[in-house]
Amino acid sequence: MDLIKPDFGLVFWSLITFVILLFVLRKFAWKPILGAVEDREEGIKSALASAENARKEMENLKADNERILQEARSEREALLKEAREIKAKIIADAEEDAQAKASKMIEQAQAAIESEKKAAMAELKNHVAGLSLEIAEKVVREELSNKDKQLQLVESMLGEATLN
Amino acid sequence: MTLNTFKSALFSVLFLTVSFFGYASEDAHSENKEEFNPKEMILHHVKDAYGMHIIDINGHPISIPLPIILYTDSGLTTFMSSEFHHDYNGEVVVEKDGQRFVNVHEKIYRLNDGETTVKYDAEHHPINAERPWDFSITRNVFMMWVSVIVLLFIFLTTAKQYKKSGNYVPKGIASFMEPLIVFVRDEIAKPMIGEHKYKRFMPYLLTVFFFIWINNIFGLIPILNGANLSGNIAFTFSLAFCTFLITTFSGNKHYWKHIFWMPGVPVPMKIFLMPIEIVGMFVKPISLMIRLFANITAGHIIILALMSLIFIFETIAVAPVSIAFSLFIGIIEIVVTAIQAYIFTVLSALYFGMATEEAH
Repeated sequence: MDLIKPDFGLVFWSLITFVILLFVLRKFAWKPILGAVEDREEGIKSALASAENARKEMENLKADNERILQEARSEREALLKEAREIKAKIIADAEEDAQAKASKMIEQAQAAIESEKKAAMAELKNHVAGLSLEIAEKVVREELSNKDKQLQLVESMLGEATLN
Repeated sequence: MTLNTFKSALFSVLFLTVSFFGYASEDAHSENKEEFNPKEMILHHVKDAYGMHIIDINGHPISIPLPIILYTDSGLTTFMSSEFHHDYNGEVVVEKDGQRFVNVHEKIYRLNDGETTVKYDAEHHPINAERPWDFSITRNVFMMWVSVIVLLFIFLTTAKQYKKSGNYVPKGIASFMEPLIVFVRDEIAKPMIGEHKYKRFMPYLLTVFFFIWINNIFGLIPILNGANLSGNIAFTFSLAFCTFLITTFSGNKHYWKHIFWMPGVPVPMKIFLMPIEIVGMFVKPISLMIRLFANITAGHIIILALMSLIFIFETIAVAPVSIAFSLFIGIIEIVVTAIQAYIFTVLSALYFGMATEEAH
């Protein structure tokens, strides 16, 4: 029966020892150990979370980059297209201009030629008129110096006139 | 681990045997070949004692004397257990401060004034002596303090490791202890008490777990000669009492309502359940107390009984069988040390969890 009867002395020492052990270990062992373990777990958790965040940010950045690249590409495309259009337009304009200028020049040239021609013609006319007068004068003078020939001429002329 | 287990089990057997041979020969020489009494021997090993008896050599017991502290009507009396000269049959009378003390089966009695020898009644109870208040440092108290020193050494070193390493990486002894501490936290405290409230109970659960475990292990070390602290009902009572106090004082409204006025059942049932629940309050810690005490003591008794077979049959031929079975039980006991510590802690945590549970 002794075996199952708690002995007072041992209960006394057990309680005192256990309570002291509990408080000493709580203050000097469990708190620092559990604190350290928890801190480390927190650290791991936050490290994992930040890694996850970094990964997400990376993904975002990648997507951004992709987007920016896409935008840049389409912008380049647009720019190129515009440039091409401008080029075509410039060429067309230049052509038109050149055409216009050329035709204008041709016109002017023609006008110039025309006027030159007119002037030349006029001058030629004057010249021809002068020459004709001079010739006529010389011819007349020659003719008048010879009476017979004149009479002959008059006669031939009269003969022609009657024929008419 | 397996090797160590094997080694300690083997040593357990060897040392117990040495001790028994001594015991047997002492009986044979001094008590005229009195018959070997396994019951007395086993109880002597399982129960508390006033000295740390290590070994008998040629019938001369060698033991570490421990202080005896007694409180009587005339105040405190102290002397060393060696003054009884290893007698526990009430034959040696120690006189201190005008009082006479005898050791009857590891219980100290103070002889009534004027008496010089102890007299017994038919059931071998002293009739002319009384037990004083006994605060002696018995071998169980002594081993308890040794275990406390070991625990403090282990866990203060562990705590220091964390402080030293700065980045909270467990090193050295800490890497052995941390899995156990985390086990108590994640497998015992969190599931039993709940994620939000377990922190408050962690120091108690950890202390109880390691205190029981180390004393269970110490109980298996044979050279300490069955310092069977965790198989002593006084020790298990003390721990169970602490669990009871904590459960009772951390009980919330829901817990008390559950005991006195069970919600969700008809009124006659409420009245019927109330006494059951009140009894349950006390039965829970009592079951803790008995479970630990009975498991550890039973293990010790089995090993001792198996070894006693050699002396009951009085032939060495039984020894291999006894040793083989003791080895087997010894290995089981090593597992039981951890299991019982775990069960005590789990159930304590469960009771705390019940006490702090919120109404659902």
